[in-house]
Amino acid sequence: MAAGPAPHGGHRRAQRPHLSKMERMVVSMQDPDQGVKMRSQRLLVTVIPHAVTGNDVMEWLIQKYCITEAEALHLGTLLVRHGYLYPLRDPCHLELRLDETPYRFQVRLNWEQTPYFWMSTLWPAAELDYAIYLAKKNIRKRGGLVDHEKEHYDQLHRKISHTWDLVVMQAREQLRAAKQRRKGDRLVIACQEQTYWLVNRPPPGVPSVLEQGPQWGSCTAGRVQMPTGPFQTKTVDFYRREVECLRKALGRARVKSSVCLEAYLKFSSQRGPHDPIMSGCLPSNPWVTDNDTYWAMNAPSAAVPTRLRVEQWAFSFRELLEDPVGRAHFMDFLRKEFSGENLSFWEACEELRHGGQAQVPALVDAVYQQFLAPGAARWVNIDSRTMERTLVGLGRPHRHVLDDAQLHIYMLMKKDSYPRFLKSDLYKDLLAEAVVPPETKRRVFPFMRKPRHSSPSPALLPASASGEPSGGDGEA
Amino acid sequence: MATDGLHENETLASLKSEAESLKGKLEEERAKLHDVELHQVAERVEALGQFVMKTRRTLKGHGNKVLCMDWCKDKRRIVSSSQDGKVIVWDSFTTNKEHAVTMPCTWVMACAYAPSGCAIACGGLDNKCSVYPLTFDKNENMAAKKKSVAMHTNYLSACSFTNSDMQILTASGDGTCALWDVESGQLLQSFHGHGADVLCLDLAPSETGNTFVSGGCDKKAMVWDMRSGQCVQAFETHESDINSVRYYPSGDAFASGSDDATCRLYDLRADREVAIYSKESIIFGASSVDFSLSGRLLFAGYNDYTINVWDVLKGSRVSILFGHENRVSTLRVSPDGTAFCSGSWDHTLRVWA
Repeated sequence: MAAGPAPHGGHRRAQRPHLSKMERMVVSMQDPDQGVKMRSQRLLVTVIPHAVTGNDVMEWLIQKYCITEAEALHLGTLLVRHGYLYPLRDPCHLELRLDETPYRFQVRLNWEQTPYFWMSTLWPAAELDYAIYLAKKNIRKRGGLVDHEKEHYDQLHRKISHTWDLVVMQAREQLRAAKQRRKGDRLVIACQEQTYWLVNRPPPGVPSVLEQGPQWGSCTAGRVQMPTGPFQTKTVDFYRREVECLRKALGRARVKSSVCLEAYLKFSSQRGPHDPIMSGCLPSNPWVTDNDTYWAMNAPSAAVPTRLRVEQWAFSFRELLEDPVGRAHFMDFLRKEFSGENLSFWEACEELRHGGQAQVPALVDAVYQQFLAPGAARWVNIDSRTMERTLVGLGRPHRHVLDDAQLHIYMLMKKDSYPRFLKSDLYKDLLAEAVVPPETKRRVFPFMRKPRHSSPSPALLPASASGEPSGGDGEA
Repeated sequence: MATDGLHENETLASLKSEAESLKGKLEEERAKLHDVELHQVAERVEALGQFVMKTRRTLKGHGNKVLCMDWCKDKRRIVSSSQDGKVIVWDSFTTNKEHAVTMPCTWVMACAYAPSGCAIACGGLDNKCSVYPLTFDKNENMAAKKKSVAMHTNYLSACSFTNSDMQILTASGDGTCALWDVESGQLLQSFHGHGADVLCLDLAPSETGNTFVSGGCDKKAMVWDMRSGQCVQAFETHESDINSVRYYPSGDAFASGSDDATCRLYDLRADREVAIYSKESIIFGASSVDFSLSGRLLFAGYNDYTINVWDVLKGSRVSILFGHENRVSTLRVSPDGTAFCSGSWDHTLRVWA
C-alpha cells in the first residue's frame, strides 16, 4: 500500500450520512452479546475465527429491525457491496449468499495489520495502490487478471511507466511478506484486499457505490466565511436577509396543531374514494388492465362527466374551476344570474398573470377597457378602495397589477355564487345524470392481451384544442 | 466598497448571533401551539389494508443514469433526462419513444413538461434551462428551435413551468431560485436566502397560486412569495441535504425527502414540522417524494434502490418496493393519480400501479 495513514475522514463523513449509519449498524452487529452469532469457519485446512454466514446476518437484521426476509437480504447485500462485510470464499461478486459461505466484518482502522478499512475513512483509492494490487495478481498467477483488470493494468502501465519498476518491486515485497504470514491470516487479508478493490474498481456492469451526483463539491452560495474581502458583503447580506425573514416569521399568526391535523383526516377521507391508488378506479386502472377507457371517460372535455368528477366540484371552488367541464357549467349558471362577467374577468386576470411578459401592457389595457373602465361593456363590481388602488396601479402596468381586483372577484364568487351553484338544480341534475362506469376486471388469460391504444400527442393538436380551458362564455 | 456593507454597531458576528437567537425564539413560539401529534390524531383512522403495487411498465432506452422525469397533463406521456445528456419523451402507456434530443451537456438533472403538452424544459451542468417545442415534423431537428431561457452561475437542479407555458421556475446549485419569462428569457424574479445549493422545488396548489417551496444543501426548506421574491416561511429540522419537496394536495403542507434517510411533513398553518417518516432499517437518503391523490400515501424513492410507501397520517411504512438495480433518483405520481413513475441510476424508468 502506498505510504501514509488515512487523512482525516471527517470531511467526507459529514457529506455521507448513510455511511455513518452503516457503520453504527456494523458496530452493533459485532457486539459480543447482542451481535450476530459468530463462529469459527473451517476453510480447506485452516480455521477462520469470527466468521458469520449470510443466514446469520439476515436473521439478526430481521430480529433487530422487524423487517421481512426480502428487506433483510437487500440490506445485507448493501453492507457487502459497500465492503463492510467481505466473503471469505470466492470474492468475485459482492453479494450476501445464503449458503455456508463465511463472511467477516471489515476492520475500522488498523493500519498495522491490514490497510483495508471502512469506506468512510478511505482516501481516494490511489492509482498506485491499484497498480500494485494488479501487479501482485499478475505475478501470483499468469493470466490471473480478468478482462477489465487487464485493461486497467495496461492503462496504468502506460500512465506510470516511469515508476513501473517501483510498482513491481512493491508487489514482490508484499507477496514475500504475505508468505511469512500464517495461512489463515493470508487468506483473510487476500479476501479483504479483493473486496476492497471490487468496491473501489467495480467490474463493468456493476454499479459503483462510490458515485455521487454533481452537487458534492460545488456549493458556492454563502459558504465563504472570510473575515474581510469581497465576499464579506455577500455574507452580510445573507445574514441580514435571514434576520429579516426570522423577524417576520416571529410575527406570523399560527394555527393550533390539533386544528391543522384534523384537516388532514378530513381531506384524506373525503378524497379517498377519488384516489385510484387507494380505492381503484372504474371501469379499471389503465395501467393494470391495459384498457384506457378510464382516460376516455375522464377526458378534459368529456360530454358526460363521471359521478366522482361531478362530486369533486363540491370539494372546493378551486377544483371546480380547474376542471374545464366544471368551469363551463359554472359559467352557464353565472350567466343565468347575469354575473358571467365575474368569471370572465377572473380568467382574463389569470391570462395576464401567467402570460408572456411582452403581452402584459396590451392585456392590461384590454382588461381595463372591457371590465373596469366606467361604462365598460362587462363591468365588474369591485369595492371602491380596491378599484382606486387598481386604477392607480394601471398607470404602470405589470403582471400583478390586477391581483387585488382579481382576488376580490374570486372571493365574491367563492363565497356567494359557488355555494348557490352547488345548491342549484343545474348542479343537482348534473349529479343525477353523471355516469358511474361498471367495473372491468383484469383479464384472466394473459395471452389474450389487448393491444394498447396509442393516443395523439398534445403536441400534434391545433393550439385551440390543447388542454387549456376555453374561457369565453360566448357572449357577443 | 466592501466595508460599505456594515452599518454602525453591526458586525458579521452580531448578525449571526442575532439570527441564532431569533431562531431559538421562533422554535419556542412554534412549540406553543403544538397540542397534539399527528399519529395520535390518526389513531381513529382505519388502518390501510394489503398493499399491492407492481411495475406495470419498464421504459428502457436511456444509456445512462436517469436523473429526472415529469408527467404530461395527458396522464400518460412523460419526459425523462439522464446523465449522458439525453432527454426522451415517451408515451409510457405504449412504451413508445416519441421524441429524443441530446443536450450539449452531461448531467441533465432537471426536466419538465409544459402544461400544454407542446414543449419540454431541461437543464443541468450547462447552468441553463432550455425549452424545446415538441415537433413531429420529420424534417425538423428538435434542437433547432431550442430556446435558452434561464441562466444561472452553477448547475440547474430543478425546473417547473408555472400555470402556463410562458413562465418557468428554476432552482440552481448557485443557491438561488428564479422565475423567467420563456419568450424573452427575461428574469422576472429571483429568490435569495438559501445558504447552499438548492436541489428541488415545487409549486403550491393554491387558490391564489403565488407561492412555492424549495429545499437545499443547507438543510432548509423555504416557502417563497413569487410576486415579491421574499421568503415567507422557513424550516430547518432535517439533518442533511433536502433532495425533494412536494406539496400535500390541499396545499396546506408539504413533504420533504433528505439524505438523512427521513421524510418529513411540514404544516404551513401550524408553521412547524408535524411528522417524521423514518425507520431504523432505512439508512440511505430519500431522493424524491410524492403524494397519492388523496394525500394518504407518500411514495419515496431512496438511494438504496428501493421505494418506501408511507401512511402519511399514521406515520408507518406501508410497503417497500424492490425492482430498481441502482439509486432511485426521481419519482412522480401521475396527474390523475392512477400510477407513479420512478427513474433510476440503473438507466430505466418504471411505472407502478
